Amino acid sequence: MKSMDFDWKPLALVPLLALLMVPLIGSSSTWITLTVAGLAMGMIIFVIASGLTLVFGLMDVLNFGHGVFIALGAFVATSVLGAMSDWTNSDVLWRNLVAVFPAMLVAMAVAGAVGLAFERFIVRPVYGQHLKQILITMGGMIIGEELIKVVWGPAQIALPLPEGMRGSLFLGDAAIEKYRLMAVAVGLGVFLTLTWVLGRTKIGLLIRAGVQDREMVESLGYRIKRLFIGVFVVGSALAGLGGVMWGLYQQTVTPQMGAQVNVLIFIVIIVGGLGSTGGALIGALLVGLMANYTGFLAPKVALFSNIALMVGVLLWRPQGVYPVANR
Amino acid sequence: MMMYRLLSNDMPRSRWLTGLLVVLVLALALTPFIFPGVKALNVAAKVMVFIVLVASFDLLLGYTGIVSFAHTMFFGIGAYGIAVATTRMGPTWEALAVGLGGALVLSFVLALVVGLFSLRVRAIFFAMITLAVASAFLTLASQLHEITGGEDGLTFKVPEVLSPSFEFSDEPFLGVSIDGRLLCYYLLFVTAVVLFLALLRIVNSPFGRVLQAIRENEFRAEAIGYRVVVYRTTSAILSALFATLAGAMLALWLRYNGPDTSLSFEIMMDVLLIVVIGGMGTMYGSIIGAALFLVAQSYLQDLLRLASDGASALPWLSALLSPDRWLLWLGVLFVLSVYYFPTGVVGRLRASSFGK
Repeated sequence: MKSMDFDWKPLALVPLLALLMVPLIGSSSTWITLTVAGLAMGMIIFVIASGLTLVFGLMDVLNFGHGVFIALGAFVATSVLGAMSDWTNSDVLWRNLVAVFPAMLVAMAVAGAVGLAFERFIVRPVYGQHLKQILITMGGMIIGEELIKVVWGPAQIALPLPEGMRGSLFLGDAAIEKYRLMAVAVGLGVFLTLTWVLGRTKIGLLIRAGVQDREMVESLGYRIKRLFIGVFVVGSALAGLGGVMWGLYQQTVTPQMGAQVNVLIFIVIIVGGLGSTGGALIGALLVGLMANYTGFLAPKVALFSNIALMVGVLLWRPQGVYPVANR
Repeated sequence: MMMYRLLSNDMPRSRWLTGLLVVLVLALALTPFIFPGVKALNVAAKVMVFIVLVASFDLLLGYTGIVSFAHTMFFGIGAYGIAVATTRMGPTWEALAVGLGGALVLSFVLALVVGLFSLRVRAIFFAMITLAVASAFLTLASQLHEITGGEDGLTFKVPEVLSPSFEFSDEPFLGVSIDGRLLCYYLLFVTAVVLFLALLRIVNSPFGRVLQAIRENEFRAEAIGYRVVVYRTTSAILSALFATLAGAMLALWLRYNGPDTSLSFEIMMDVLLIVVIGGMGTMYGSIIGAALFLVAQSYLQDLLRLASDGASALPWLSALLSPDRWLLWLGVLFVLSVYYFPTGVVGRLRASSFGK
């Protein structure tokens, strides 16, 4: 991607949407709060959606069971943080971080390991058959959700933010929750890492080449199946990380949360263009902002506004904002 | 022969399957007389509603090869159409007609918009977009409290001729009192038979053949000169309309409708399971599947309760087998049947009869 022919138009959509909403919302401090909340939510959704869109782009596998890894990550985090309550109850920020960081790592490890099994037993037998993929991964999602209920119980569990991460910063009148800023930071970190890996390393080169033309990469002697397993595991681990962040954002986790977030993620990857990481980021930010603005203006139609957003984008670019070649 | 015409020349093609179908249809026709009690009648009525619902989904999944997750949305629209109209206009036949007509129009428009929009781009979008639209609709239905009754749903009256308190004669016939409930049951039975035969007619028409051609090879169908988008969208609309009718049947029988009875995601999963177990792309699968599934639904829970009590020495095994986790076992069954029995019960029976 040379900077010369970089397609900036989709990028401009995000500030455009934010600015369009200023007159509708009225108060500028409310607008700042909502915008930051939207960006934070968008970043979390991006972390979850990036794995799914890569898996689709690389192997043409549409994983309806992605939501399981979100819920799994969040539930693992409740266990880890529960065991480290000494550290989370402290109001010193670095001690909280010491607790949250391993929670995220463990959640990613567990989600990645389960992703490995999921790929092996659920996805692999149905490569190349879209219809069966949709049915099978949906079945996998049900099984996963029920197993979570077996381990952690069917009720919702509170996942309180550690003491030091609560509260808000004030920018004039506008309240900005600290945790939202942290979510933006983590999301940006994931995005930059992904961009670096995809754009600057050998593995990234192979993944991008595989997205563009899988057979050509195979005929050059690379084992794309192995690459795919790696991407699937990383995608699941990212969903687990996103699950921890989503759980902390909502402060409760339920076994059904995966299915709820799934709907948003599908909108995001359709808007972004199936297989495109940059597109997923823009889609996620748009969806996050839209959800927060309409949640404030007209809560009943919040989900419809995101569908309307998707319809609008698809009318403009039927393959998503950043179409991936050959798909 | 008359029978051939009725079944659109699409015979069951297996002696066992024919026998099973005849037994099931007879059992449904005679349920009020051979299985006494309210519960049996309710299960039988639900089986009939699901036969229509699943058969209409099979038109989409089995014959056209596209996955929709919004099928319960259309089911719910049908049920809500009846519920809202009778609540507003009183228990009259006009209210039923208005409710049904309005529901059909709404389903038609929604299916047309979703179909044209997502099937034009690529078929795989359809699954994702229907999922999003269906969950938005579910949220909307539970929040528009003034119209739909919110989470509580609506309880309403049906025209008096169909209500249990209306007696046609004081004398019970064969030990069954001839009341409005019985009339309602047979109204449902006749509707289900007619709708099922209509669906069978559709899939065996030239139009249905084109759908199957698209399912097998989209590119070739387009190359022969069929407009794939038009055929797929028509199939989605037809399937939505039949689902709406099934929803109206359900509302008429239950005299209640709420988000959990007709719109919820669990029902969508049930429909998927029944289609796969019965056999995708075989209309008869919906009859076998619906009957098997709805009977097994209660039976499986009882079985799990026994197993769970038996395994009480091992707490984790007991938790795994608890009756609340029956969906887990259905999920496993679902995955296994997609792998090993992609043609379902009907496909198995047909294969074994051809093998001889």
